[in-house]
Amino acid sequence: MTMKRPLILALTAVILFFACVFSMGVGAVYIPAGTVLQVLADHLWPGGTLETAKTATDTIVWEIRLPRTLLAVLVGAALASSGGVMQGFFQNPMADPYIMGISAGAALGATVAVTLDLQFWMLGLNAVSIAAFLCGLAVTMVVYAFSRRGGRVASTTLLLTGIAIGAMATSFTSYMLVMGGENQRQLLFWLMGSLSARRWDHVWMLVPYAAVGLAVVLVYARELNVLLLGDEQASQLGVHVERVKLILLTAAACLAAAAVSVSGIIGFVGLLAPHMVRLIVGPDYRILTPMAALAGALLLVLADLVARTAMAPAEMPIGILTTLLGAPFFLYLLHRQRRT
Amino acid sequence: METAIRVEKLSCGYDRRPVLEDLSFDLRQGEMLGVIGPNGSGKSTLIRALTRILPLSRGRITLYGMPLQDYTVREIAREVAVIPQQTPVTFAFSSLDVVMMGRTPHLRRFRREGPEDREIALEAMRRTDCLAFRDRPIHELSGGERQRVIIARALAQQPSILLLDEPTSFLDLNHQVEIFDLLRHVCARDGLAVLCVSHDLNLSSEYCHRLMMLKEGRIYTDGTPEDILTRGHIKAVFETDVTVIKSPYSGSPQIILKPGD
Repeated sequence: MTMKRPLILALTAVILFFACVFSMGVGAVYIPAGTVLQVLADHLWPGGTLETAKTATDTIVWEIRLPRTLLAVLVGAALASSGGVMQGFFQNPMADPYIMGISAGAALGATVAVTLDLQFWMLGLNAVSIAAFLCGLAVTMVVYAFSRRGGRVASTTLLLTGIAIGAMATSFTSYMLVMGGENQRQLLFWLMGSLSARRWDHVWMLVPYAAVGLAVVLVYARELNVLLLGDEQASQLGVHVERVKLILLTAAACLAAAAVSVSGIIGFVGLLAPHMVRLIVGPDYRILTPMAALAGALLLVLADLVARTAMAPAEMPIGILTTLLGAPFFLYLLHRQRRT
Repeated sequence: METAIRVEKLSCGYDRRPVLEDLSFDLRQGEMLGVIGPNGSGKSTLIRALTRILPLSRGRITLYGMPLQDYTVREIAREVAVIPQQTPVTFAFSSLDVVMMGRTPHLRRFRREGPEDREIALEAMRRTDCLAFRDRPIHELSGGERQRVIIARALAQQPSILLLDEPTSFLDLNHQVEIFDLLRHVCARDGLAVLCVSHDLNLSSEYCHRLMMLKEGRIYTDGTPEDILTRGHIKAVFETDVTVIKSPYSGSPQIILKPGD
């Protein structure tokens, strides 16, 4: 590798930061980047001048655009790292939470929680995200159990199992939607995938899952590398294969489900970001995972920018955009795999 | 010499179908033990049992006097390194990355590889003569080069026991000799205990101190190559007529096949 790893990471983080600032400036009201930075500084530095406080600009940046942008960052990072881990885990380049039906499972969980009006909070986590997590995890385990044959997982079984289970989850969700009455609009949102009208609550809903999930997949990156040699060799190199696999799979499902619980189903991010990054930094998960997270975040911030502005004042669901980008890429991967 | 592995009355198999039955033997420090036998005689199953990938149905295995079950996976990997027949190469890790994976059992959870680990890995590559392609992706290497990288990975584990599972069966003749020369050298220098599973009788005879011949999951006979590679034994186990001659180089017994009519 020609460039040092920390340098690549730092560079990508800087690009992401500027993309965020730019994105926060663009919208129905244009706000120059300098003003955006001023608002952020006023809020973040306790001794700040608060020149902008209580103005309309302040509200737009701090209450509306910042949480939405942060959410795009977190959702993108969660989906991308989840997809990257699953590609290694299943030793299959087509693995992705959306394609494998995990997002659909998580959406079902969230829908059930909303329909039954579950309002409890547990350890600061609310019912909707817990339900999304549990259903997403259940789907992951079922797909894993079904598609596993020996050490490797064949693409066809993986994809077909994912499609079947995803379709099942989606039909349950649709049923809820039809019967759902007053919650219909809210439920429709999960099926489309969108970041519109997201506020600070949603950010706080996602943060614990994203933080824990990311921490786990980063800590286990070395083991994930060794798992690429196959279960048997990994075990002979001292990796406790079954335990590590369970931990990684749970973390990856947690990341995907948490993203879905706040943003609905946004497809293909977990496929696009890790593959783009792999071309630049190679297969080592110790750099691949953090880079995929940053790239996923960048991808979603930019996609959200387009979704908000392309048809203004109307808004495009962001899931449509990522699918338009991702589906052709998926076909390309499929084509390439068939040749080899 | 110290006993590295002791196997007592071992039986194991897959789904109640026994593959190995009633095996007992010792592997001593510093010796190279060859396990030979026809396909399906249970050679590779033995390696999987010795690394605890396959559970035993009866009997026991002790590693330096302690039952294998009492070790953690990590502890086993610090004592025992396995060199497989083939390594999947669906990824673009560099050779050095792969050798560094040999350090896995020595690293604590939150610790990264330090300069010492890197030095150990590089030294292992130097000994197996693959330092020249340390930055090349492993999937671009030839079979012989790749196997040398895998041996370096095994050495980077700093094991006291090496288990070889048909290490040269996919290699050209020149690489077969090269790999076995290398294995004999590291085994002698570090006093490793080596168990080598192979279907190549002549290579096993040439390089191993002792041979163990398996037939249908049981030990048919074991002893020095001179005692084991006889016409009678080979006729009984491989159902093939052969002549045994002495190698003009080393005097080890070598098999000459007799063609059918």
